Amino acid sequence: MTDPLRVAVDRDIDVVTARQAGRELAAKIGFSGCDLTLIATAISEVARNIIVYAERGEIVLSAVADGGRRGLQVVAHDEGPGIADAELAMRDGYSTGKSLGLGLPGARRLMDELELDSEVGRGTTVTMKKWL
Amino acid sequence: MSVPILKQGDVLIASIQAALSDNDLVKLRDDLAAKVGRFRSRGVVIDVTALDVLDSFASRTLRGIAQTTRLRGAQTVIVGVQPEVAMAMVQLGLTLEGVDTALDLEEGLELLGVAIPQDRTL
Repeated sequence: MTDPLRVAVDRDIDVVTARQAGRELAAKIGFSGCDLTLIATAISEVARNIIVYAERGEIVLSAVADGGRRGLQVVAHDEGPGIADAELAMRDGYSTGKSLGLGLPGARRLMDELELDSEVGRGTTVTMKKWL
Repeated sequence: MSVPILKQGDVLIASIQAALSDNDLVKLRDDLAAKVGRFRSRGVVIDVTALDVLDSFASRTLRGIAQTTRLRGAQTVIVGVQPEVAMAMVQLGLTLEGVDTALDLEEGLELLGVAIPQDRTL
């Protein structure tokens, strides 16, 4: 496995950089067509969440393997305010007011797995995976 | 990366050339709102063929543009949403409801009732 690819996210253009880097790595892993777009869109959502809610953070992209399957892992990490109610944040249409509230639940639908780990005052880590 | 806005008759055509940041999208919205007034435009076509991602912010901004220009007396048509982009949008839960769409620039102009010259060079 190659080293993880880190993209610092603290300006709005970094959202574009992160999703393009994700698309490129996903293509190298072997994803094609529609999957590349689904992955890039999911990265766009979690990267924007970093800027909107935490101001800065990073996206870490890596190739992963589990038994015989290969895939892409996207970790979006910030040390922002954290999410008080993770269950609510995963609900469609729920937002604290800065967005449409489709980011996290939408990203979960675009990827195969999404795990939310957040602590108020400490930050948020979203780990997403897509399998080939 | 700002978006060039062309004027063809009483229609404005915004042809997005490359990936846009959130600020670029907001600037496009403001530019179009101003130009609709300056040129007394009746229609706006936004060509998103070059976009490989239309996420929640982009969709919300495009819908905002359509609503803003409508209040300014112009109809907006979004054209060129790519098939993979459309599938991703549906999974995200974004349908651009209430916004006119067309397959490509030609059909978008047709929807706005613009006669297209046979020998046009766009």
